[in-house]
Amino acid sequence: MIGIEHYIVVSAILFVLGVLGIFLNRKNIIVILMAIELILLSVNINLVAFSAFLGDLVGQVFAMFVLTVASGEAAIGLAILVIYFRGRGTIAVDDVDRLKG
Amino acid sequence: MIQTFAFYLFAVLLVASAVMVIMARNPVHSVLWLILAFFNAAGLMVLVGAEFIAMLLVIVYVGAVAVLFLFVVMMLDIDFAELRAGFISNFPLGIAIALVLLAELVLGIGAYRVGVLDLGAASGNAAPLLDRSNVENLGAVLYRDYLFLFEAAGIVLLVAMVGAIVLTHRQRPDGARGQQDIGKQVRRNPDEATVMKQPKIGEGVEL
Repeated sequence: MIGIEHYIVVSAILFVLGVLGIFLNRKNIIVILMAIELILLSVNINLVAFSAFLGDLVGQVFAMFVLTVASGEAAIGLAILVIYFRGRGTIAVDDVDRLKG
Repeated sequence: MIQTFAFYLFAVLLVASAVMVIMARNPVHSVLWLILAFFNAAGLMVLVGAEFIAMLLVIVYVGAVAVLFLFVVMMLDIDFAELRAGFISNFPLGIAIALVLLAELVLGIGAYRVGVLDLGAASGNAAPLLDRSNVENLGAVLYRDYLFLFEAAGIVLLVAMVGAIVLTHRQRPDGARGQQDIGKQVRRNPDEATVMKQPKIGEGVEL
């Protein structure tokens, strides 16, 4: 029988894979954005699983808001990426030092 | 039985495609694996009866976000082999941090299973009605209790859209074709912008 623990384990594995993806592809910002999407997906699975097993719909409503913010973040992130590439001709994360930070 | 099989199928495919997202050499392949991961996550959500979120995931993520990623990956002319340079050298640190994180999460899940933590019970305000579909239940909760948050989400999307357009919009040089002259647009009036013609039947109009 599939219980809530199964869902938590799957979303924990997915979360760890997302964090690992950020570390492994430290130069490629496109893959970093995709790893962030994986992390948000694992959070969504967690919210939906708890919502279903506790019999409370608020989790699914919150998953919708996470989805909204995630899509906005992807759009803005990719727009910044496009204008950065237009100006510099590269998107390597190490070269992003215009603000001298 | 069939639920167990479906769960393990979706879960294994989800984890495997997530691994491929972060391991693939070509970012285009990463995006395609990401789409597979979203489909399998949607399957997992259907299994617990959250059809609306599952379909939203397919429509919003696969239909919009993943396609946006594909556009950007294909539009930019980038040497991806060069970006992959630090992959091997970052591996030990990444694995170490991932293992620490996984150990912490396993500890948390173990503590939850033992029952040390007392997770508050559901309030009952948002309990699903049994004879209604998931979409009806969700809509009732969303429009009754979370209306302002719902509209705030709309504003977030609007700001994101305006931001993306403002960021990527390229200003053309003065006098170039397609340049918008707002003063000229405002000065237009119907008298000089339109002409009235009374064409004869069966003949065209000479403008």
